Amino acid sequence: MSLKEESVPMPQQDPSDRVENFDEVPLGYVREAALEEAERCLQCDPAPCIEGCPVGIDIPKFIDQLKREDFQGSINTIKESNNLPAVCGRVCPQEEQCQEVCTLGESFEPVSIGRLERFAADWERDHGSVDNAVEASREGKIAIVGSGPAGLTAASDLRKLGYEVTVFEQFHQSGGVLVYGIPEFRLPNEVVEREVDNLREMGVEIEPNTVVGRLFTVDDLLEGDRVDKYDAVFLGTGAGLPYFLDLPGENLNGIYSANEFLTRVNLMRAFKFPEYDTPVKVGKRVATIGGGNVAMDSARTALRLGADSSIVIYRRSEAQMPARDEEIQHAREEGIDFRLLRNPTRFKGDNGRVEKVECVKMELGEPDESGRPRPIPKEGSEFDIPVDNVIIAIGNSPHPLIPRTTDGLETRDRGTIKANASGRTTREGVWAGGDIVTGAATVIRAMGAGKTAAADIHGWLSSQDGWK
Amino acid sequence: MRKIIEKTKVGDGVWEYELEAPLIAEASDPGQFVILRLHEKGERIPLTIADTNLEEGTITIVVQSAGKSTIELNQEFSKGEAIHDLAGPLGNPSEIENYGTVAVIGGGVGIALIYPIARALSEAGNHVISIIGAQSADKLFFQDRIAGVSDEVIVTTDDGSAGRKGFTSDAFRDVLESKNIDKSWAIGPVMMMKVCQEVAEEFDTELVVSLNTVMVDGTGMCGGCRVEVDGEARFACVDGPEFPGSAVDFDLLAQRTDIYEEEEECALDQFLEGESK
Ligand SMILES: Cc1cc2nc3c(=O)[nH]c(=O)nc-3n(C[C@H](O)[C@H](O)[C@H](O)COP(=O)(O)OP(=O)(O)OC[C@H]3O[C@@H](n4cnc5c(N)ncnc54)[C@H](O)[C@@H]3O)c2cc1C
Ligand SMILES: Cc1cc2nc3c(=O)[nH]c(=O)nc-3n(C[C@H](O)[C@H](O)[C@H](O)COP(=O)(O)OP(=O)(O)OC[C@H]3O[C@@H](n4cnc5c(N)ncnc54)[C@H](O)[C@@H]3O)c2cc1C
Ligand code: SF4
Ligand code: SF4
Ligand code: FES
Repeated sequence: MSLKEESVPMPQQDPSDRVENFDEVPLGYVREAALEEAERCLQCDPAPCIEGCPVGIDIPKFIDQLKREDFQGSINTIKESNNLPAVCGRVCPQEEQCQEVCTLGESFEPVSIGRLERFAADWERDHGSVDNAVEASREGKIAIVGSGPAGLTAASDLRKLGYEVTVFEQFHQSGGVLVYGIPEFRLPNEVVEREVDNLREMGVEIEPNTVVGRLFTVDDLLEGDRVDKYDAVFLGTGAGLPYFLDLPGENLNGIYSANEFLTRVNLMRAFKFPEYDTPVKVGKRVATIGGGNVAMDSARTALRLGADSSIVIYRRSEAQMPARDEEIQHAREEGIDFRLLRNPTRFKGDNGRVEKVECVKMELGEPDESGRPRPIPKEGSEFDIPVDNVIIAIGNSPHPLIPRTTDGLETRDRGTIKANASGRTTREGVWAGGDIVTGAATVIRAMGAGKTAAADIHGWLSSQDGWK
Repeated sequence: MRKIIEKTKVGDGVWEYELEAPLIAEASDPGQFVILRLHEKGERIPLTIADTNLEEGTITIVVQSAGKSTIELNQEFSKGEAIHDLAGPLGNPSEIENYGTVAVIGGGVGIALIYPIARALSEAGNHVISIIGAQSADKLFFQDRIAGVSDEVIVTTDDGSAGRKGFTSDAFRDVLESKNIDKSWAIGPVMMMKVCQEVAEEFDTELVVSLNTVMVDGTGMCGGCRVEVDGEARFACVDGPEFPGSAVDFDLLAQRTDIYEEEEECALDQFLEGESK
């Protein structure tokens, strides 16, 4: 049987339809497509793809099971290493991870590992039987702060080991960026809700509306003063504080941080206003500033909320854009207009509302610390772009609340919590992982950190070795 | 789910609630607020913690009907029912110490918001002069409670139906003319706080204001609540809500509070239409 050079394409919603709705864009493989794609895997031994996956899924094994139509076995294999496969199959930057090192990729298109993972996860949703309950069989209570991918993963692993686990989340809904940031058309909140329900069925307690550092502190959790006493605490509080540009006019009405814009739409469901009470205001011309996934998500969301034109302003060129290629391509297909090598210098508007973004043209110079060419403004090249809304998507920093209210918890200069390779912080009994340690990164890296910390928490609680 | 233990009407369109929230009651200090969401489709609205009861494990909030969510709460939710979500305490507590003689000014629903501050200032040993004002007598509330924690109380109404006719800022000016005030607080509509600040400036005295910006999360992660203080963007929910009045750009604040005017009207109309069916 001859090997197919190209991977089986993923069916998608047509661009002209999808800008009218918030439904998922990639529709997922049907059974036949999944089987055909699984057929392409060479079953390498050793398999480089496993190394490429931050949580080390046994990829050849799950693909082989899938190929033999043992779908339950396939999803079970994935879940041994990854408790959020429906999420990762959708939003992992596979092209830089498992698929980048796929042997097949040396000559042809790599195996679409992420799509197969999504297929297996969705199969389980539709057909599988999940028996989740886990007995609390071991001494030890563990508190998880934050219910993003890092916290959910740590909670799941520790529960499987038999510990009593409680997750404290400041929002009314669990999932972190997965529910408030990433839009419905890439990751429906319902997919995340299902994963959180699974955790609950396993016996993990989830306490929403709990702002740790305000309602009680990490010290309280360890000392058991005002709340139950916990033997270990894992911090997975993410990097949720939006950066602004610090430019004149930035507080004019009509200028959002991407966090505010996306939170209103995704978490608070403003796309269904007034059925839901939270509004969002989108005019005819929307400009998003930034070049990452968050910028693509914002610009595409604006289009779906009725903007006639949605542009992305980015200070370098396309090659340096940090967004995934697939996201950029999806944005293009939908009609997002890219204004590259442009940087905003001020916001203008008379009646308190933003009306124009003044931009300066940029050229690329020598590489800077990040290794990317440094953008240099071309003097005198300023010009105005008329806008009704601006969305600022230039990144997020960690929240200072927990470090500020926890004894002996040290941070690095950008406010990230100091932690060693196992996730141990400078405070005995406290681990941290995910964006709060690395700064804004990826879902799967946050999950990897949650896993590593869970294993180390188990090791520490079992042996009571010294804290280093 | 948070149970409504008690619900009492305290003024025209103003209701007081006691909510079951033992941990919040224990953790909160004067000046802090909660965010609540009425039901699964509700928005997150910030409300100040007006009082706490540690024995009962409750907090008190006072809610003035302003738009869809506050009217829905005041009209539809009864004693014994539950509110879907309640998170807090949020924001920084007021800086309470013995300053000497202090003035606290509350306008409209701001009366409820200055009550815990006045009480704490009084407990810290200050001579407390409270100035409370509303449009008319039927909109006034909490007079007894305020009197209980103040050394002097001045009541004003815009139409003169109770207390002296005029604005709280007029009364504030009179107080400053006759007494040496060490520090003051003003909480109420943006316009009121702006004018009080102008008065404070004339007398070169320190005034603290509490900023009621539009909020989403209340935890510092959206920037929707940003205000300009000393020319810099600050987040009212985590850097405030109290700021020195002298540093606040009130005009920008007023603008930002009106961002969603049209949408708010739309939501309210829909709600009221549903009501009348
Ligand atoms: C719009 C957007 C799109 C993205 N797209 C992708 C993508 O396509 N692929 C990808 O791999 N990555 C993507 N990312 C990045 C990815 O989502 C993050 O790296 C990941 O979610 C980090 O996980 P985390 O668990 O560390 O933190 P988070 O997901 O940020 O979760 C932290 C949780 O902690 C809670 N919390 C914070 N402080 C407290 C407190 N004091 N008390 C209680 N709870 C608290 C927060 O409310 C939140 O729920 C995207 C990010 C954004 C914003
Ligand atoms: C820190 C803080 C503490 C507050 N404490 C109290 C309190 O103790 N009691 C009380 O009755 N109100 C309080 N408010 C105001 C209250 O949050 C708003 O009245 C409420 O969110 C309005 O919601 P709505 O749907 O009823 O009205 P909307 O239809 O949303 O708005 C109606 C009117 O209220 C204004 N408004 C909208 N949102 C806000 C907001 N977040 N803050 C201020 N004004 C707003 C609008 O400009 C509009 O004029 C507080 C606000 C903040 C920020
Ligand atoms: S979790 Fe991500 S990196 Fe790992 S196999 Fe799945 S798609 Fe690849
Ligand atoms: S490297 Fe590629 S071809 Fe080889 S086992 Fe992994 S997925 Fe299959
Ligand atoms: S309400 Fe979102 S940052 Fe203050």
